[in-house]
Amino acid sequence: MITSRGLLKLPHRNRELGLILLALGITTAGFAAVQLARAQEFGTASLIAATLFAGAYLGAHLMVRVALPDADPYVLPITAVLTSIGLIEIYRIDALLARDQGVWILFGLALFAIVIIAFREIRRLESLRYTCGALAVVLLLATIVLGSSINGARLWIRVGDLQIQPGEFAKILLVIFLAGYLRERREVLTAPTRRVLGVGIPALRHALPLLILCGLSLVLLVAMNDLGSSLLFYVIALAMIYVATGRLLYIGAGIGLFAIGAASALQIAPQVQTRIDGWLNPWTDEQAQCCYQITQSIYTIADGGVLGTGFGRGLILNEAGGTIIPSAQTDFIFSVIANEMGLVGAVAVILLYLLLAWRGFRIATTADDGFSKLLAAGLAIAVGFQVFVIIGGVIRLLPLTGLTLPFVSYGGSSVTANFAIAGLLLCISQRANRERV
Amino acid sequence: MNTRISHLFIALTVALCALIVMTTYWQVWARSSLEARQSNVRLVYRDLEIDRGSIVSADGVVLAESNPAQLDGRTVYKRVYPTKGLAAQLVGYSSLLAGRAGLERSLDPELSGSTGDLAGVTNAFDRMRGNTVRGNEVVLRLQAVAQKVAMDRLTALGVRGSVVVLDPSTGGILVMASTPTFDPNNGLEAALKNPASPLLNRATQGLYPPGSTFKVVTAASALDAGAVTPDTKFPGPSCINTSGQPLCNFRGRAYGPHNFGYAFVHSINTTFAKVGIDLGAEKLEATMRSFGFFSRIPWDYPAEQTLPSGIFNRQGNLVSPTTPIDVARIAIGQERLLATPLQMAEVAAAVANGGQIVQPEPVQEVRAPDGSIVRRPTPIYLGRAMTTETAAALRALMKQVVDDGTGAAAAVAGLDVAGKTGTAETGRVGKNDAWFIGFAPSNAPRFAFAVLLEDVDGTGGDLAAPIAADVLRALTAQVS
Repeated sequence: MITSRGLLKLPHRNRELGLILLALGITTAGFAAVQLARAQEFGTASLIAATLFAGAYLGAHLMVRVALPDADPYVLPITAVLTSIGLIEIYRIDALLARDQGVWILFGLALFAIVIIAFREIRRLESLRYTCGALAVVLLLATIVLGSSINGARLWIRVGDLQIQPGEFAKILLVIFLAGYLRERREVLTAPTRRVLGVGIPALRHALPLLILCGLSLVLLVAMNDLGSSLLFYVIALAMIYVATGRLLYIGAGIGLFAIGAASALQIAPQVQTRIDGWLNPWTDEQAQCCYQITQSIYTIADGGVLGTGFGRGLILNEAGGTIIPSAQTDFIFSVIANEMGLVGAVAVILLYLLLAWRGFRIATTADDGFSKLLAAGLAIAVGFQVFVIIGGVIRLLPLTGLTLPFVSYGGSSVTANFAIAGLLLCISQRANRERV
Repeated sequence: MNTRISHLFIALTVALCALIVMTTYWQVWARSSLEARQSNVRLVYRDLEIDRGSIVSADGVVLAESNPAQLDGRTVYKRVYPTKGLAAQLVGYSSLLAGRAGLERSLDPELSGSTGDLAGVTNAFDRMRGNTVRGNEVVLRLQAVAQKVAMDRLTALGVRGSVVVLDPSTGGILVMASTPTFDPNNGLEAALKNPASPLLNRATQGLYPPGSTFKVVTAASALDAGAVTPDTKFPGPSCINTSGQPLCNFRGRAYGPHNFGYAFVHSINTTFAKVGIDLGAEKLEATMRSFGFFSRIPWDYPAEQTLPSGIFNRQGNLVSPTTPIDVARIAIGQERLLATPLQMAEVAAAVANGGQIVQPEPVQEVRAPDGSIVRRPTPIYLGRAMTTETAAALRALMKQVVDDGTGAAAAVAGLDVAGKTGTAETGRVGKNDAWFIGFAPSNAPRFAFAVLLEDVDGTGGDLAAPIAADVLRALTAQVS
């Protein structure tokens, strides 16, 4: 039992608190910069918003202090910096969107609190692996059946006034399922009993769920019309299989299958083809559907230069008050960041994600049970690879996809789901660190 | 498992480093070439941050101004044209989508404060520091009231046409009207699709057979060469044969023996054809060159919006001097001779100005934002088209055209108008290009003009001369 005196003496938590305070300082400076740049009054509304944001993070910190005293001290502050950068840029685009996003961050932190209390003992989650797997499939199927398209990709379900992106939650459930399943079947998958042409092949009953999963990814590609989610699910699965079995055969076979699947899926998914066109030849017709977003994104990024135009000082909105890049606040938030924060800020944001992923992988290596290791590594790769795909898309390294930038993009599903990931990582690290102590 | 987890971390690090490399490429390497791309909308928005100077007429009517508006937290300046189509082709436009044309284009360095001098450099620094750059205000020589009379008269007739009035001693452009017109505020797209080409400045881009107004040039050449005097006698048949084709007087009229002056006042084609043949192509072409034909009239206006007048071949290109031409028909302003209204106004101005050709000048003065005068153009003389004596003789003849010749309808009470009518066949039955060029007052000219009506059923004397009279009346009332 931790005494109240002990609560103050936790080195991890004190470091976390210091970093959160630093993040809150960045937030305040950022908002002040935007308000100065745009000659806005510093009203009571912004004061209340700032207080709520700071209060929520300090509240979350206290929750961690009580529930997970030995957990990783960096994850929560990193999310604080990322959410506040996102919030500042969204506020700069549209104050009403920022208000929504602020609410989502509060919800996200609430979910974070629920997760760290409910799964403080992370092994409880292992027994729920099949439930999670089934739920993931249900969510994805629901998206396909009930989903509505935005920008051609069918990733949303409409519930009343809310647009929910179930894929964001399905992703986490999938990682939980895979962690549990792979941990259970690890041996039979690693050292299969049957050999075909000298190559070990696992029994169908062990590999079937994985094959179904891979198949489902390709179905998603066609049904959701989105390369990003499909690729993300697929890569998460392959990465976790690799961690569990270490067999490059599975990875090679997986990549091969995906390439064949994706190539044939392209023929029946026109949106994906448009995205590929825009990726390969964006300059041929900049006004066309394929290319307008990506070319405007590149102009916006280039305009930022090394040091950026400054918070609130870039040219992001058009004459009508909308954004010059369509969906700048969601998919293209990185372009806005690169414009106003410059190369320096853009690299800082990428490095923050690398830092976050590094914490995830570190938590995985320090964890002492297979499930925790697989779960932490899976979550880290889920966040890291999503960042790679979406930023790669807006800078034309990869074809454009409809993924969000974790913690930064505008959107309730994305923000809350990513806070759940942060909560899970902290729960795993608590167990690992406590046992080490 | 830990080794494999670190493999994953390495892979992810490589991937995220690729992001950094690519972002660096866009923000550092490709930056300047991307900024310069025409399709980069940022380029245009940047231009909007300049408080572009107004364009004002000599009589104080604002033709173009910049109104502040908000764009993404900054003040931008939207170009508006309060007088809409009044002088739309001359003033031109400065638009996000369509670019720039007319004076908005040729005077852009001054209007946008980006001149090559010290003020321009100071502005460039201001711009870098994020301060608003204010351009210079341009006051034109244009008389808006007279311009409106010209536009109203052309519009009332429902014709395509043009009116140009110059100050013969300075070249100042007092009126430059062209119909149909367009609204540069929001009518650009419609104007682009309009088959009547309202964007065309017919004063400088419209090429028309000058008809009998060209007899001023032929007469100047013949008088200068000493080939004729106003008293030289000519026979007056209704037609003569030249280049195997009959060349006839207007409505086939026969005149009987007369002198050269009478032939000018009554526009006798057969006499001028003979004068042309006697003069020869070489001499006539030389005179045309000295009047400014065969090359663009140099003036402060986009070069591609000022077409050269001259003799054109079937492909629509200016003929070279060595090409054989039907000099008899050129002498009466037909054949493949085409001229812009501005060129014909220059012809009239040369006569009015004692033979000197003066460069057209749209600008009266350029004022800095603080009100100080930056530039006040002085007249630029481009050369002499005829001797002072020839000009004096032609002045007297052109006065007679209005007093008791084909231009009677141009007479203005109290103003001594001189001119020359023209009714050029277009090759389309019942359709002529009607001209009236001239100057006033004839003894000390202050206005030199050309009026052109495209494809009308009537003569220059009947249709064009009265418009000239109305515009001159407005100018006299305005300027005196």
